[in-house]
Amino acid sequence: MPTQDEIYQKVQSTLVDALGVDEEDVTRDATLFGDLGAESIDLLDIVFRLERNFGIKIPRGELFPENISDPEFTENGKLTAKGLGEIKQRMPFADLSEFEADPQVDKLMNLYTVETLVQYVSGKLEGSK
Amino acid sequence: MRWIWIDKFLEFRSGEFAKAIKNLTLAEEHLHDHYPGYPVMPASLIIEGLAQTGGILVGEAKGFAEKVVLAKIPKAEFFGVACAGDQLVYEVTLTDLRSEGAVVDAKAFLDGQLLADVEIVFAHLDQSRSNQIFGPKNFVFTQQLLGVLDLAKAQERARQLSAPGRPDADHDAKVVDSSSSEPGKGLTISSE
Repeated sequence: MPTQDEIYQKVQSTLVDALGVDEEDVTRDATLFGDLGAESIDLLDIVFRLERNFGIKIPRGELFPENISDPEFTENGKLTAKGLGEIKQRMPFADLSEFEADPQVDKLMNLYTVETLVQYVSGKLEGSK
Repeated sequence: MRWIWIDKFLEFRSGEFAKAIKNLTLAEEHLHDHYPGYPVMPASLIIEGLAQTGGILVGEAKGFAEKVVLAKIPKAEFFGVACAGDQLVYEVTLTDLRSEGAVVDAKAFLDGQLLADVEIVFAHLDQSRSNQIFGPKNFVFTQQLLGVLDLAKAQERARQLSAPGRPDADHDAKVVDSSSSEPGKGLTISSE
């Protein structure tokens, strides 16, 4: 099992390759969509690279949840209590503490920082031991 | 003009690898503009040819059930130029395939030398959404484009019908077993 630092370095190089950004910009708290300029189409590329670089399997929708625009989960651009519960369940690797106070759907993607990916990969590697 | 940027498959191993050629001729209008007096194949059209080779490889792997679209080109490096009269050889390896899409490693060669090294990410369009927008027809794999693959199959059939042991038979592409019922595993063309 690699250390958190080793996982971070590999996630860093994965994002450098996938997004064409400079290594120094890929800090732990950098957001994928805001700071690193990722677009939705990059998510598939990131998933492919993480699988290859870490030798893990990432089932569809596990890292980047799908179908959260379901009317049951959102109301007036915000997640309902049910939606929030769903996200908590689907994204156990993300830190939702700040997001919960104002759960706007369009801010959901801001939850993805480099650290989120490190936590996700680390959880996967832990689970496969 | 027809939007077909490969001329022929030389090799096709279902779900693994495809090899196609593209002949460059002065009959192609764009070579006269790019550039006047110096007909160079635009790099973007080499990428398009690689993407068509790779797109058919990815589509065939799922029995052409998915609408395969070019999503992203994470890397494209060019090491030279190809001019009118040249023949480009495109070799594409399927490195990853999953329900959302695929990645291919694509290379173009000129006279055996690496001319372009490209990585291409394809996405499978969401079936329900794309049906709403484009209808059920698979607009990616038109008969025109798939005709290139059909041609390789037809040539192989013609080769089999002609006298076996024909001396030049070794130079043709080979299609093996196109009758399998398992989608995506029904086709092998090899140049051996």
